[in-house]
Amino acid sequence: MASDARRRAAIFAVAWRAPLLIWQGSFFIGALGFLTVMSFWLVKNYRMEPAFVFQNWERILARPFFWDAFWRTLGLASLGTLVISVLAFPAAYTIGLVLSPRAQRLAIFLLVIPFFTSYLVRAYAWQIILADRGILNFLLSWLGIPAVSMLNTPAATLVGYATLTLPLVVVLQALSISSIDRRLIEAAYNLGCTRLRAISMAIVPLARSGLIIAAVFAFILCYGDFVAPYYLGGSLPPTLSILIVDTAKSGQQWPRSAVVAITMIGVLMAVSFVAMRLVYGRRR
Amino acid sequence: MTGPRLDTLWLKAYVGLALAFVFAPIAVALVFSFNSSRFPTLPLQSFTLEWYEDVASNPELISAFGRSALVALLVAALSTAIGFATAYTDYRFSFRGKGFFVALALLPPTIPSVIMGLAMLAWLSRLAISGTIAAIVVAHTVICIPFATAIIRLRLSEMDAGLELAAWNLGASPWTAVRTLVLPFARRSLLAAMALTAAVSFDEYAVAWFVSGLQKTVPVVVLEILTGNVDPRINAIGAIVFVTSMSLVIAAQILIGRSSQKSGTAE
Repeated sequence: MASDARRRAAIFAVAWRAPLLIWQGSFFIGALGFLTVMSFWLVKNYRMEPAFVFQNWERILARPFFWDAFWRTLGLASLGTLVISVLAFPAAYTIGLVLSPRAQRLAIFLLVIPFFTSYLVRAYAWQIILADRGILNFLLSWLGIPAVSMLNTPAATLVGYATLTLPLVVVLQALSISSIDRRLIEAAYNLGCTRLRAISMAIVPLARSGLIIAAVFAFILCYGDFVAPYYLGGSLPPTLSILIVDTAKSGQQWPRSAVVAITMIGVLMAVSFVAMRLVYGRRR
Repeated sequence: MTGPRLDTLWLKAYVGLALAFVFAPIAVALVFSFNSSRFPTLPLQSFTLEWYEDVASNPELISAFGRSALVALLVAALSTAIGFATAYTDYRFSFRGKGFFVALALLPPTIPSVIMGLAMLAWLSRLAISGTIAAIVVAHTVICIPFATAIIRLRLSEMDAGLELAAWNLGASPWTAVRTLVLPFARRSLLAAMALTAAVSFDEYAVAWFVSGLQKTVPVVVLEILTGNVDPRINAIGAIVFVTSMSLVIAAQILIGRSSQKSGTAE
């Protein structure tokens, strides 16, 4: 009887575990696993055929074209992460420490909405704002300033990246800043720190892990995004994500896209690993 | 400690500026959806509902909206059910390999959607369901499970762990305890998870673009319009999408806020 009860308890436990394992095992691990396998397959007569060759890897990795896109993507995403983290900080500081709890909740509530709200349409709206005959240039000409070409520039790509990630970064930074022990900040002020000095000597070091995690999320999102570089940055020269879209959508060269995709996952894993070392390694 | 007044004022203005940056594109799409000019330039012309009428009388767009709604409903139900099972497992049990289990539960959003789209396209073609509504549902559920799991897990952590044990001691089977105790306790978070995952699915364009084939959802139609010529209907479509997903996200946030406040007063 005791073993019967134990068996029933085991069934109970496994039943709750099973849905995730089955679903993500079949469709998430399955898809990523097949992506890896596929990168060694061959395409003959527009059809994929099972094989185990390094041809796709050699073809892609030997091309200067690929490496241009590789470094450009890394550079754009790093620059975006840096700029967005810096721009987000004053807002996060204010939401985390200056605003009343009520205003704090409202600000976070407002920032969460756009994060889950059609990035695609918001990027399109930026086209309307930044276009040569767009809203911003209309306002500039009204002020007597000659029109500036803003669309299809790296700066426009950054605007897109900020549209995608700024709300999330502000929220994550604000949460980590507001969870700092207030007495430590009071102590900094009592010791005669100005606000800037308190920020650089107390708040940034104390909120460090949260700030790094926010930056990692920004990097992951910017690095993989194809909407900003495509529709705002002008798509040429392409980033890695645009390369994937173009290669996969124009015919059956999925194995070569898979090579690009796996390289990207490798970069993201390396960046996350370094960041986690920064968060947990030197703390103690 | 708040420092000089003037400083504080500037800081608050900065937050306002950040919010303006975030909401500017939403406002622009809304305003231009009512503008009679075919081209999105200032100054604005007259007010019109023409583009909305165009959308409402276009069979292709109507079926896209219907498809998106159907997908969002199925994804919300599936990912919330799986998310509850996963959150409950994390809350209730400890077992070997739990770290792997939790990682599997939370990992999918860290994979860029273009890569997810490519992997899903190849894998679901292999399984012979690519290009069907089922393919979109499968892929979106993979993406949405982590959000549902996180929301429900947060709520479960507010539950007194002794409650379930007490029910077991009083002779309730563990299944009964989940049905009569845990599920009612988590009810608001389940609704919140459904609203949020429906919003994520309704908005998702990249993976859907790869796997949907001819079964286009609304964001896929938007993506294709963007790649083509100027089409003034896009603002009207965008406005409808904004209102839908914003309502869902707001509903989810209110449900989450309410449920944590409620437990706050109960303690």
